[in-house]
Amino acid sequence: MQIGDMLSDRIKELLTSGKADRVFAWETGELVFDRSPRVFSKGLKGFVYDDFCIQNLCKYMIEETKKDGKILVLLKPCDTRGLELLKKENRIKRDKIYALGVPCGGMADGEKIKKLGIKGILSVRDGGDVFVIETAEGEKTVDKSDVTADKCLSCQSKEHIDCDELFMPEKSKDTAVIDRFVQVEEIEKMTEDERFSFWRSQLSKCIRCNACRNVCPACSCEKCIFDNDNSGMASKANADDFEESLYHIIRSFHVCGRCVDCGECSRVCPQNIPLHLINRKYIKDISMLYGSEDKPALLTFDKNDPEPDFLSGRGI
Amino acid sequence: MPLNEKNKKAETLSSEKTDCEENGKFVPVIVAFCCNWCSYAGADLAGSSRLTYPSNVKIIRVPCSCRVNPTFILRAFGRGADGVILAGCHPGDCHYSTGNYYTRRRMTLLFSMLSYMGIEKERMKLQWISAAEGVKFAETMNEFSKSVEKLGPCKKLGDLRCK
Repeated sequence: MQIGDMLSDRIKELLTSGKADRVFAWETGELVFDRSPRVFSKGLKGFVYDDFCIQNLCKYMIEETKKDGKILVLLKPCDTRGLELLKKENRIKRDKIYALGVPCGGMADGEKIKKLGIKGILSVRDGGDVFVIETAEGEKTVDKSDVTADKCLSCQSKEHIDCDELFMPEKSKDTAVIDRFVQVEEIEKMTEDERFSFWRSQLSKCIRCNACRNVCPACSCEKCIFDNDNSGMASKANADDFEESLYHIIRSFHVCGRCVDCGECSRVCPQNIPLHLINRKYIKDISMLYGSEDKPALLTFDKNDPEPDFLSGRGI
Repeated sequence: MPLNEKNKKAETLSSEKTDCEENGKFVPVIVAFCCNWCSYAGADLAGSSRLTYPSNVKIIRVPCSCRVNPTFILRAFGRGADGVILAGCHPGDCHYSTGNYYTRRRMTLLFSMLSYMGIEKERMKLQWISAAEGVKFAETMNEFSKSVEKLGPCKKLGDLRCK
């Protein structure tokens, strides 16, 4: 029995026992490796949970908890960090949510399958450590580790933080193979001009679709500076790439100290800008300068904090 | 405004920007955010003590160094500043008790980020200057202006339309 079927049985039990009256989960999207988040209010037709359910559902809870009734939401380990942040910041009504923790063995990236040169994909089947892909040209198998999504390769933890119930028929498989700060350190080692041209080449691809802001669990202000036409930095046609740099610096600064490093910003970026590297730089600096604190770094202080020269003195 | 018209306007504006040169020598535009209670008074003291500091330092008075939002600094660069300096009361002396402690964290992280993005870190500075330190104010501005002058004009963060 596949995990998706077991999970759907458990959800049905919970619904009949009255723990929740609707479910927020994934359904099959337009492509075989594409999943879309949706609310299931009548039955679980179309429900799916497999290695392609990469979306973090916690941000949808802001709108969902404004409605009546209780909602059951499926959360992977990294998604629970987002839920905890939203709870801390009073963005959601936690008592209206029944959080069901689901195991995660690292999610797969459909784009990576396409990049391996597999065309005409008709269906993808889970075969343990491999995906069995049925294509127009016959069956092919792909190692799961070859198509693991980038954000899962530097997974921080497979522990659920804040859940009402854990659904764990199998243990979450550890997928972390790269330290999450390796790429940040590589950029730090570059010269100033190299860093500049790296970021300009990346950020000038930005089309200001605001997807990174909309998906971010930490970006949940109801009014945003980037929606205000009078701010001078709202979304519009750009004369040069300064606006993108400004947008990304300000956006990342706004979530600085609150970012849970779920990697959703980079995942949704239609231009494949590695936005998580901006956020991770802040996370790295904060952990080095201020250590771990209860409050977000910018909402508190210590009388013995280092001066700004401290970092430049160390050549970082 | 259509984009090509906007670009044309930006071009004419940027070609007009010649006032940053004096006798063929580059004179940087420096924006100094000064806190009302300490550094602004320090600037005042520097003036009344007849100390010289560069005339290209444009002072913007803010109620507290903590008032400075990172957007202000980026906007200053965007509109053609070659260097931005933020001056406030010494830690522990803030008029509002704790404002400058928050500033310190904020600026440490922002400067680090700008440097990560490839902007020269010598272009931004945070300095604590009290109301009694007129000499320190003049010295800081002289030094900062000189170090920015060495780097030349800031093109990396400039917004073409603003110049």
